[in-house]
Amino acid sequence: MTTRLTEKQIDELGLELDAIRQRVVDDLGAADRDYIYKVIRWQRGLEVAGRASLFLGFLPPLWLAGTAALSLSKILDNMEIGHNVMHGQYDWMRDPGLNSTMFEWDTVCPAEQWRHSHNYMHHTYTNILGKDRDIGYGVLRIEEAQRWNPYYLGNPVYAFLLMVLFEWGVMAHDLELENIIAGERTWAETRSLRGQQWHKASRQVLKDYLLFPALSGPMFLSTLTANATANLVRNLWAFSIIFCGHFPTGVATFTEEETENESRGAWYVRQMMGSANITGGKLFHILSGNLSHQIEHHLFPDLPARRYPQVAPEVRALCEKYGLPYNAGRLSKQLGSVWGKIFRLALPFGTRDEAGTPPTVAVVPDEIAAAA
Amino acid sequence: MTTVVPAVFRRRLSPLAVVEALATPHAVDRYLELVNPMLTVRDVRAEVTEVRRSTADTVTLTLRPTRQWRGFEAGQFVQVTVDVDGVRRTRCYSPAGSQHRADGRIELTVKAHARGLVSRYLHANASTGLVVGLTQAAGTFCLPDPRPPRILLVSGGSGITPVLSMLRTLCDEGYDGDVAFLHYADTEDDVAHRDELRALAAEHSAVTVVLACTGHDGGDLSGYFGQEHLDAVAPWHADAETFVCGPPGLMTAVRDLYTRNGRAGRLHVEDFAPAPVAVETAAATGALTFERSGTAVDNTGTTILEQAEAAGLQPEHGCRMGICFSCTQVKMSGCTRNVRTGETHTEPDTEIQLCISVPVGDVAIDL
Repeated sequence: MTTRLTEKQIDELGLELDAIRQRVVDDLGAADRDYIYKVIRWQRGLEVAGRASLFLGFLPPLWLAGTAALSLSKILDNMEIGHNVMHGQYDWMRDPGLNSTMFEWDTVCPAEQWRHSHNYMHHTYTNILGKDRDIGYGVLRIEEAQRWNPYYLGNPVYAFLLMVLFEWGVMAHDLELENIIAGERTWAETRSLRGQQWHKASRQVLKDYLLFPALSGPMFLSTLTANATANLVRNLWAFSIIFCGHFPTGVATFTEEETENESRGAWYVRQMMGSANITGGKLFHILSGNLSHQIEHHLFPDLPARRYPQVAPEVRALCEKYGLPYNAGRLSKQLGSVWGKIFRLALPFGTRDEAGTPPTVAVVPDEIAAAA
Repeated sequence: MTTVVPAVFRRRLSPLAVVEALATPHAVDRYLELVNPMLTVRDVRAEVTEVRRSTADTVTLTLRPTRQWRGFEAGQFVQVTVDVDGVRRTRCYSPAGSQHRADGRIELTVKAHARGLVSRYLHANASTGLVVGLTQAAGTFCLPDPRPPRILLVSGGSGITPVLSMLRTLCDEGYDGDVAFLHYADTEDDVAHRDELRALAAEHSAVTVVLACTGHDGGDLSGYFGQEHLDAVAPWHADAETFVCGPPGLMTAVRDLYTRNGRAGRLHVEDFAPAPVAVETAAATGALTFERSGTAVDNTGTTILEQAEAAGLQPEHGCRMGICFSCTQVKMSGCTRNVRTGETHTEPDTEIQLCISVPVGDVAIDL
């Protein structure tokens, strides 16, 4: 599907999206603060309850309940709280506890490195091949446009490993290992990054795999496995939600040439065409950190996430008005599509996409539009 | 590869260090505040224990600080933080009570200004049980130790609090030198601590309290500060240390007179810096100062990020379009305009995004 838009239309679309954003910004206040603190109370409550239950982990129901509570706590901490706070969504509150430059999350990746690789690189150069390192994370072939080589025969295996070890993969992301292997970057250049990673990861490991197990005395192994399980559950969940954000079929990728000297309106168009939503209930959206509203998140990364469901109908209406796709589907559909791609793209000839080729936008220069 | 030992082992293994290692990456206080905001291990906070509204536009709060509070010296100020419509706001207030107060509580008198967000909020909403953020006391506007033999205290309007604290502290210390207290207000009814001032003067023979009314008749004196007032209130002023706090007009009048009399060295002042007024001008004016790097440039009207780079600085940045927050830095003073929204920001010591902020007049950045 190719949508034809004139430069003027793209500018108008940009202004309409700016207006939506401004309306939300003007309305930010106590309700947004109350919301995020409510989520934090739930997260900290689940964490304390979970860790406490594990002291009685010899009772299987308590081990299960404790592990579930701790998993939920880590999911809330990383997604609805951490990811969103680090985007600066709550900087307007001027609360040092929820400031994007000061917040740390309950995972091994240092917040500072995440803000660079994610907020800057990924959100600025979303889905631009060669610039957005989130396309395949330097490990996978996830877009047809990535050239195949025999390494990609292992695509499903790499994806599985990345899913299970997701927090470590996220931590290693800023090292750009693929560029080191390609000889474009030296190991020595990553020295300060590795220092920060060691600092952060050692504390996380100490807490989950030594201190809490040791405190539970005879239950050492039971607590250790519970904490490891909680970290694993969070890894599986975060991987699944995040992969559904840009990798389902029907999501567009872009080249560096076509995004040169991009206007603000065109940047918005790229964000909409390069992202996909997941439909679901309110609790699902919260547990996904509202990344289920990936399209709205990519348009307005610094608006508090609870606002995404509110503006989604307007964004969808704008997509219809301008003839742009609004990619949304249930988790099973989006995730199935992602895994299908992971398997299909392991093979050189497996590039045929049953859902058709990704959508494109043809920009019609104003003078040509006027002449026509 | 060098081995880095986690901090919890490097530090002495205190119970707090273990608890902090368990709570990592969050601070222990981030958990405790959800149970009881006055239960803190590091943060300083205070609970309002008493609220008095003694004049039409002032409110006097008594605060019980958390155990981290280290006390203050008369004349110093604290920063008080409250959440107003979801936004954390910080303002400086000088405690008005004696530094020797037995119960260790802090008394603040807040005057509601017509455009003062925090002062109006406190005036309208402060009630017992409200918990506010607090910093340790700071400031050098203090009485010298040992106390000088003669002290003149001059204040105007809400500037009364630090010098009232000095007066109450001197009275508690049984100070036996001469002390005069000269306060300016519109009318006597506007003086928040009038009855107490009169009582202090009656109790302590060495204390003179003079209320000067600038707007109406009444009071002990009328009109504005000048040599006559000075001679009338403290004929010994030439031998005294003088402490002044008040609005800019009063400060200027006192400074000028003391400079003329050649006694500027014995004058101690506390300035209330008024917030800059937001002026929208098409033409770029003012100076842009990068405090940490000691660089100042004439404002060219482009974004602060561009001006910093033009000045040879290399601030951290990313998207250059206001979405990634990599270039967030603290604006120390001045007014900036957000080029995306057109909003102006006048509050000092707040974070701004350099790539979408332009200076409006003089601006100082902590960069």
